[in-house]
Amino acid sequence: MAETQTLERTPLHALHLRLGGKMVAFAGYDMPVQYPAGVLKEHLHTRAAAGLFDVSHMGQVRVSGDDPAGALERLVVGDLKSLAPGAMRYTLFTNAAGGILDDLMVTHAGDHLFVVVNAACKAQDIARMTEGLKGRATVEPLPERALVAVQGPKAAAAVARLAPDSAGLYFLQGAAMAVDGAEGFVTRSGYTGEDGFEISVPAERAEAVARTLLDDPAVEPIGLGARDSLRLEAGLCLYGHDIDATTSPVEAALLWTLAKRRRAEGGFPGAAAILAQIENGVARKRVGLLPDGKAPAREGTEIADAAGRVIGIVTSGGFGPSVGRPVAMGYVETAFARPGAAVDLMVRGTARPATVARMPFIEPGYRRRD
Amino acid sequence: MSGIKYTEDHEWIRLDGDTATCGISDYAQEQLGDIVYVELPEVGASLSARDQIAVVESVKAASEVYAPAGGTVSAVNEALADEPTLVNESPTGDGWFAKLTLDDPTELDALMDEAAYKDFVNGLD
Repeated sequence: MAETQTLERTPLHALHLRLGGKMVAFAGYDMPVQYPAGVLKEHLHTRAAAGLFDVSHMGQVRVSGDDPAGALERLVVGDLKSLAPGAMRYTLFTNAAGGILDDLMVTHAGDHLFVVVNAACKAQDIARMTEGLKGRATVEPLPERALVAVQGPKAAAAVARLAPDSAGLYFLQGAAMAVDGAEGFVTRSGYTGEDGFEISVPAERAEAVARTLLDDPAVEPIGLGARDSLRLEAGLCLYGHDIDATTSPVEAALLWTLAKRRRAEGGFPGAAAILAQIENGVARKRVGLLPDGKAPAREGTEIADAAGRVIGIVTSGGFGPSVGRPVAMGYVETAFARPGAAVDLMVRGTARPATVARMPFIEPGYRRRD
Repeated sequence: MSGIKYTEDHEWIRLDGDTATCGISDYAQEQLGDIVYVELPEVGASLSARDQIAVVESVKAASEVYAPAGGTVSAVNEALADEPTLVNESPTGDGWFAKLTLDDPTELDALMDEAAYKDFVNGLD
């Protein structure tokens, strides 16, 4: 008998259907890849106005105790102890070989750390945290909470209508606050390169909050298709594609997540391997790629040098609607890992010239403190 | 000029004298979404029916397009290089992909006419 795949649903599933979402399976969830507007328009709308994304499939976790930061540092490369109340950081879970197990966001939420992990790694991350922090901190998954993102230059105005206190947040800050009357936790962060917020609310309030946000004429619903093209233009990694257990933070050009103190002290999985890489260098590095022509180069496309020797591979690629040309991300031999290096992308057997480029490919819109 | 014919893979072909023009159907362009790039065959290329004739790329993915009938490519639609969205706007008109000199025009007899294709599409999803 054939195995049927039962997909999970987020609290906004019914809304996605009513909005005409084209549903696909993603990380075990039935999610909208696009709405009737389509990927291109949804992408452009986000950068011009405001996009609403359902990211409830991601894992929200509360870590609490006497020293949750000290406890969680045992599993990640980042400096969590120095996070000021309300401050937020991007960090990585690593394994004993120094490979990346997931990327995640950690926010100092007063009496606990608020952690958001990828949907595809949710079960493993929660198990790892529960086991790894045993006796040191309490790890509490929050499956009863929804998470929505509002991203774009008009996001601040849209969210301020429901959560006036959100206006006081700078990029990578979070705080508990009422959201349209619901008990919420709001961070000024996202996955698009635009100014925006991620809003955690109780699942039963999610649809109402989403509808209120959509009442704002500037806000349109955005599917996973545009979410991917937006993050690619912003140079942001997608776990399982641009980073995985076989890539170290050094190779992945994410060494900045390894704080100075952690570099000196170690105390995270794979510390020895990663420190050796810092000392001795690595054979390959993650870079941005700009095809010279119009043909997109997608994940799995081999990268070659002028002599046709394979020197790397594309890990994410597609068309960048805001840059108006194809963009990609991948790994190349370290000698080629400098902006301006000329490479060939082997698209369907044809060498397509490209240039190694800095990322992001667009100008970020983050609200930073000057 | 013959009527338009369709394949089950959503390609169309229209014969005008010795030359057949082909492309993808309105249903196909709608399913694919906004088209950002079309890889066209070389003029002079010789293809059999069901050989890959083009690749069409949307923002998210690449899709293969197959020759509805066998023949030699006599022209390709150069306009698609700068305006790939012509395929979305006018899939059976200005969004044509290639012209073929057919090896055997009777290959078109087995394909669906407009009405049959409409029924076929309605039977999908």
